[in-house]
Amino acid sequence: MIQLEKRPTPSKFWTWTTPVLAVALTMIAGGLMFALLGKNPFLAIKTIFYDPILGEFAFYYRGQLLVKAGPLILIAVGLAMGFKAGIWNIGAEGQYIMGAIVGAGVGLAFYPSDSPLILPAMILAGAIGGLLWAMIPAILKVKFSTNEILVSLLLVYVAEQIQAAMALGLLRNPDATGFPGSRNLAQWDASANLELIAGTGMHLGVVAALIAVIFAYILLSRHLMGFHIQLAGQSPKAARFGGVNPTRLVIFCMAISGALAGLAGLFEVTGPAGQISINFNSGYGFTAIIVAFLGRLHPIGILLAGLLMALTYIGGEAAQATLGIPAAAIQAFQGMLLFFLLGVDVLSNYRIRFLRKGVA
Amino acid sequence: MDLSSINWILLLASLMVAATPILLAGVGELVTERAGVLNLGVEGMMITGAICGFAIGVETNSAILGFVAAALAGAALSMLFGLLTQYLLSNQVATGLALTLFGLGLSALIGQGYIGIKGLEVAKIHIPLLSDIPVLGPILFRHDAMVYVSIFIVAGVWATLRYTRAGLILRAVGENHDAAHALGYKVVRIRLMAIAFGGACAGLGGAYLSLVRVPQWTEGMTAGAGWIALALVVFASWKPWRILIGAYLFGGLTVLQLNLQAAGMKVPVEYLAMSPYLVTILVLVIMSSGRGRAHLNAPAELGRSFHASS
Amino acid sequence: MNLTKLLAGTALALGLATAAAAQDKTKVGFIFVGPVGDGGWTYEHNEGRLAVEEHFGDKVETVYQESVPEGADAERAMTQMALGGADLIFTTSFGYMDPTINVAAKFPDVKFEHATGFKRADNVSTYSARFYEGRAVQGHIAGKMTKTNKIGYIGSFPIPEVIRGINSAYIHAKKVNPDVEFSIVWAYTWFDPAKEADAAKALIEQGADVILQHTDSTAPQAAAQEAGNVITFGQASDMAEYAPMPRVSSIIDNWAPYYIDRVQAVMDGTWESTDTWDGIGPGMVEIGEITDAVPAELKAEAEALRDSIGAGEYHPFTGPINKQDGTAWLAEGEVADDGTLAGMNFYVEGLTGDIPQ
Repeated sequence: MIQLEKRPTPSKFWTWTTPVLAVALTMIAGGLMFALLGKNPFLAIKTIFYDPILGEFAFYYRGQLLVKAGPLILIAVGLAMGFKAGIWNIGAEGQYIMGAIVGAGVGLAFYPSDSPLILPAMILAGAIGGLLWAMIPAILKVKFSTNEILVSLLLVYVAEQIQAAMALGLLRNPDATGFPGSRNLAQWDASANLELIAGTGMHLGVVAALIAVIFAYILLSRHLMGFHIQLAGQSPKAARFGGVNPTRLVIFCMAISGALAGLAGLFEVTGPAGQISINFNSGYGFTAIIVAFLGRLHPIGILLAGLLMALTYIGGEAAQATLGIPAAAIQAFQGMLLFFLLGVDVLSNYRIRFLRKGVA
Repeated sequence: MDLSSINWILLLASLMVAATPILLAGVGELVTERAGVLNLGVEGMMITGAICGFAIGVETNSAILGFVAAALAGAALSMLFGLLTQYLLSNQVATGLALTLFGLGLSALIGQGYIGIKGLEVAKIHIPLLSDIPVLGPILFRHDAMVYVSIFIVAGVWATLRYTRAGLILRAVGENHDAAHALGYKVVRIRLMAIAFGGACAGLGGAYLSLVRVPQWTEGMTAGAGWIALALVVFASWKPWRILIGAYLFGGLTVLQLNLQAAGMKVPVEYLAMSPYLVTILVLVIMSSGRGRAHLNAPAELGRSFHASS
Repeated sequence: MNLTKLLAGTALALGLATAAAAQDKTKVGFIFVGPVGDGGWTYEHNEGRLAVEEHFGDKVETVYQESVPEGADAERAMTQMALGGADLIFTTSFGYMDPTINVAAKFPDVKFEHATGFKRADNVSTYSARFYEGRAVQGHIAGKMTKTNKIGYIGSFPIPEVIRGINSAYIHAKKVNPDVEFSIVWAYTWFDPAKEADAAKALIEQGADVILQHTDSTAPQAAAQEAGNVITFGQASDMAEYAPMPRVSSIIDNWAPYYIDRVQAVMDGTWESTDTWDGIGPGMVEIGEITDAVPAELKAEAEALRDSIGAGEYHPFTGPINKQDGTAWLAEGEVADDGTLAGMNFYVEGLTGDIPQ
């Protein structure tokens, strides 16, 4: 008979060992799947996990890892604060879109100026755009007790429609004769968010993600607000007695996560993506939720989880292009990795006891 | 604009069809959540049900077998979620999202051989006498069997939760798992059954898309219906009949906006397209701020792991 | 650009045998916007890829990546293929335009082909299909076949490609049936079969007995079949499984001849940057078999129209044509220029409603 016994604090040993174990298990299960599809499992695993970091073209992929991980980490750090406090913003995708639209709109209003103030103004506008979009569920929650999961999620679909309308209407590039999509912001010097060091993938959004990780770490471990967040998540009643103002907490967490998601969208649209198009968003807001939990809602964990997630994307793409593995198999593979990561987590929080029959 | 060109009877009839997938998935998720489990993998289970239902339906030329297969497939996939969250105590939000990712990938893999194949024709049942009633007949009584099955499921869930011992136990587990455990109920086993029921219903909802409403198989064809189903549960404040209202409201708005476009209404399309979501939010605000205080109906243990010794 | 040098330098340092590899096998890459299983746009491009493989056999190697989001991911996918030694890369969605130009600048020796765009470079060609030629044939059949004089049209997004199709179909339906009316429903999504089904139902319920679609799924076909006396046309692929009724004909995207041509040009070293916009004539747009549900006489007319467009004798946008607001666009006998057609963002006279923007 097997019994789980809760550890008083998570095991340090298993906290570091479980991710490795999970990746190993995924390699076995995923390898089996690739073999069933008639592909060489060893080559597939190597292409996904090894090539992007140390393979022939790693000089390019390493930078791309940062490009992919940047927005994931930036969004996930913000979401994690809310999740810790029991505030469920799952509409980061919508805040990401609105940040990009508002930021791009502010910039394009000054086109073709070459003022050095344009990019900073856009960054500010991007953060505000995401923040305001997150304020809708936040205010509805504190004023009317409306469920924020539902409202933030529904607003994603609304944001997508606004995005399509903007790409076809207000923000459409007037020089593109009827074609949808805004001007390319990465090609306009005043708004371009370029790599800070060429070839490294290091753009402002990646820097912002790193700053957010540090900032969140300090906030959660040193600041009173961080203590309130932890307390509210563990015991809402205790938090109320402990002087935590729930309204302020909701507004604060939603504002932070919305602003960071908006920033991620702005950095994406001015850099790697370049323009607002009908389908500019590509799911970072949803993937970031997974990243937040994989990182156990801890800033450093999120940093690592974001990089791991990015690795499976980049490596998965490489496996598609070089080995002809269908995108669907890569998706299933990512799902497996997440299952194993989440599943083996039990080892760090619980002690497993093997009991002889009758003793239990 | 020529509103007279809209045939309101047919519009009401087609909203029932449009609402059925989210209704099925929603009522399944409702049962899961009433047991205290939040499974965000509805989209993944729906799409897996869609392909399994379509594949079996086409192979056997039987829609009934297709639906059975879809329910089984949805339940099987949900057991993966059950295993992780109930035995390995993983976080439900993250596990559910992973399930969606996995389901989307898995369904596309299974479906590789079923692209461009024509679906079955599922017969409509004209209920004798009732279907001849003017106005109401065409709206309510000339649908395929699954429309009625979905309503029966809602009724069954309502009756079970309200009047039976099983329903009482399920709610007890969702409201206070420690107390339920202390009373001797097998919390994990009950939750697994609720998860499986949710998976089976999501599978049925997906299969309704691929076998009746569309009907064909294409990758990613659920296109977000699973998320709408999740939203419905909260919207319905965990009450079965309100799921029905919510699903018909949402389906109705979707159908209505397309009808208004077809009638040439001069409202920008993008605003029409976002209207179902905005109206849903609005209704939600009214409901949660009113006397009912809908939010208080959330199962107390929703999303929390249960561990016997904790 | 610094990155160009860095990439080129590193590639040299690593001693990439791209050139050597190219001698025995030509490597062709494809970037797809949807899954190859979408049964429509991407499906047909993938059919073109398979045709290239079949035609050249061992002399060619194809690689592809599906469901690639537009933007940064597209740029990476292309770079990945170029680094991997691809000689020719087809990027098959409008949204890949800027990424294609960016990546092409970094890999001057790799040839790029961008579908439906308008930006070219020394190593970037563009190609697209004159689907509106097929729409003219559809419009003709639709105008004659409709009994309610109401034709439903399901569009995805109001982009020039779709608007061109609506105008072309309308002009030719109106020509044979002055009483015809078009009801246009915008789905505002590229891909949602359930919504397409609902849109088709809405149109049918309001009296449309012909449904034209500029979306890829067969959902409208099934809705029409259920309704009984409604006709449809296959879109992107033949959708022959719905023939002879409701599907009476179709527009098929046939990329195979072009793809084979361009791969051959790379092999021969004759590849040049070009702007191709082909229609029925060269076979890029095919009209699927017109079924017996269409009266023989009408079928013959439609085929004659198809052939005269194919032979270049007739242009679907030949004046006199006015814009929706009544201002003159094309004078008697005047033919629309490609520039205006490419960016078309207005309805022609007679269509009701506004283009959402």
